[in-house]
Amino acid sequence: MNVKSWSRGLLVAAACAIAAPASAADPIKLGLVGEFSGPFAEYGQQMLTGMKAYMKLHGDTVAGRKIEIIQKDTTGPAPDVAKRLAQELVSRDNVDFLVGFGLTPNAMAVAPVATEAKKPMVIMNAATSIITTKSPYIVRVSMTLPQVATPMAQWAAKNGIKRVYTAVSDYGPGLDAEAAFSKAFKAAGGEIVDSVHIPLKNPEFAPYIQRIKDAKPQAVFLFLPAGEQGIAFMKAFKERGLAEAGIRLIATGDITDDAVLQSMGDSVLGLVTSFHYSAAHDSPENRAFLRAYAEVSDGKLSPNFMAAAAYDGMDAIYTALKATGGSTDGDKVLAAMKGMKIESPRGVIEIDPETRDVVQTIYIREVKKVDGKLANVEFDKYPNQKDPGKM
Amino acid sequence: MLIHLAGILFDGIAYGALLFLISIGLAITLGLMNFINLAHGAFAMLGGYVAVIAMSRAGVPFFAALAIAFAAGALAGAVLERLLYRRVYRRSHLDQVLFTIGLTFMAIATASYVFGPEQQPVHLPHYLTGQLHVAGVDLGAYRLFLIAVVAVIAVAITWLVEHTRFGAQLRAAVDHRVAAEGLGVDVGRVFGVTFALGSALAALGGGLAIDVLGLDPTFPLKYMVYFLLVVAVGGARNMKGPLVAALLLGVVDVAGKYYVPQVGSFVIYVMMVALLMLFPNGLFGRRA
Repeated sequence: MNVKSWSRGLLVAAACAIAAPASAADPIKLGLVGEFSGPFAEYGQQMLTGMKAYMKLHGDTVAGRKIEIIQKDTTGPAPDVAKRLAQELVSRDNVDFLVGFGLTPNAMAVAPVATEAKKPMVIMNAATSIITTKSPYIVRVSMTLPQVATPMAQWAAKNGIKRVYTAVSDYGPGLDAEAAFSKAFKAAGGEIVDSVHIPLKNPEFAPYIQRIKDAKPQAVFLFLPAGEQGIAFMKAFKERGLAEAGIRLIATGDITDDAVLQSMGDSVLGLVTSFHYSAAHDSPENRAFLRAYAEVSDGKLSPNFMAAAAYDGMDAIYTALKATGGSTDGDKVLAAMKGMKIESPRGVIEIDPETRDVVQTIYIREVKKVDGKLANVEFDKYPNQKDPGKM
Repeated sequence: MLIHLAGILFDGIAYGALLFLISIGLAITLGLMNFINLAHGAFAMLGGYVAVIAMSRAGVPFFAALAIAFAAGALAGAVLERLLYRRVYRRSHLDQVLFTIGLTFMAIATASYVFGPEQQPVHLPHYLTGQLHVAGVDLGAYRLFLIAVVAVIAVAITWLVEHTRFGAQLRAAVDHRVAAEGLGVDVGRVFGVTFALGSALAALGGGLAIDVLGLDPTFPLKYMVYFLLVVAVGGARNMKGPLVAALLLGVVDVAGKYYVPQVGSFVIYVMMVALLMLFPNGLFGRRA
């Protein structure tokens, strides 16, 4: 045996040692693929803080094994980067779970990696319907847009609104929201007067809002990403006196995201939205979550639905690991997660055993001042909502 | 119909005024100093944060906050000019672009670290919100205010550059640096002051724009297209070019979005391409 083949043999042996199944005492590694820099930097921060809040309340060991988070930054909507990071996490860091995913393209790119490595992949935000069909190892604990938009249409139709103008951002989620709302609203006997698609980079809402005002609908259904777009729209809506003209504004809860709500100012007061989580939700689980979150973040961040979903994602992982006795085998974990019920800060949620997507209550909320601060106050609910995108 | 038209014209002019405000600082450094400052948006962002912090933390009134933002922009511009910018004045435009885009990314990271990635709130004084009804047309109070500010700035800058001793020194320094120095003009000081002025106006524009554009750490990149558009279309040789370009783009953009919302976001760029083909040197000519 010459030196070359001997050293090759050693390499193979070393590789085998690395790939050997982890013993019970080894830590369980969660590979967090999220957005930690760029325009979506808040997504990653919200998720990581939500996960840490869970670990603060429930400890960092499950079934005798320590939980470890390895954090990777996709820098924004970058499917190629997300995929590479996921591959590194699986092959180099030997993670047992892939978690996170704020944006749909990133989740879609990683799905094949999860399938091939047989690693459970927990979606903590990305909200396009189709994602869960991309790998049998995907479980979603967040929401889908059709799931949130459909109850808004049903509520509007039930509450005397017959003619609606839809205004949505001109990208995937916006068009999803528009389609789901229009379908449910027409089914309930309503009429869509007109619809407009607003470009994602749009600093000027005046012409759109004037157009809506001139069409004289009873209400506008709005989908815009949280942040300056929502703020600018609300300001223009108020400035142009649409409320005085008898036009109501209804939206999905993205626009009154709890993390940015305070910065939106009083122009959002009275806005009716449908969503699955509000920081103002009154339950012991939510209070515990908010307290833990405030401690972990030093009060610097306001928790929103992404943090809550990350918290629930951790709960799903902890509960599944308890059921498998600490085994991280992908198929066993998935079996434990299917049909699982979670006592979430938003109320009880369930993982649909067939689609592995989240089933939950959608709340109708109104923005009000509570103790001098803006809050999404829930006043109606539609329980057991599945994702209509898969029916 | 006519009332619609009047309303749209007003909204367009107001939007144009906003575009002018966020571009004017760049027009000054590019047009008067022939320096490509892509970090222009960073100065605007600085002005925005200074105004917001002054108002929300120190309770300073809106107009005083704008003055503080202006001063902060001037100070930051003067310091950075002395330490960094003056080293790249005579380098190629590519070097200038690379240098200033680097500064922009640093500014974004810094703002994100200091203020966090979230939107900053701004609360206007009551008399600047709502609408006034004049002859059947609804005019937004803040929009009227923006138009007035733009008118004042345009007149003041034109007067400064064309009718003062400083303006003459500046024009001489830009036209022929060596000759101007030979005649005793302190070119370094003139450029320093001009750069500080451009930065101060950027900061003022930032402070004024937050109510419409919002403010978060990605501000300098998010709106870069818009201020480059105004300066490219208008040319930056004098104030008239960017002003006319901004108003034209504003009116066309608003009208396009109102009448043909299906292609709404497209119209402003079609307009830009058309104008650049008709006036390759900008509406009123640009220094080569």
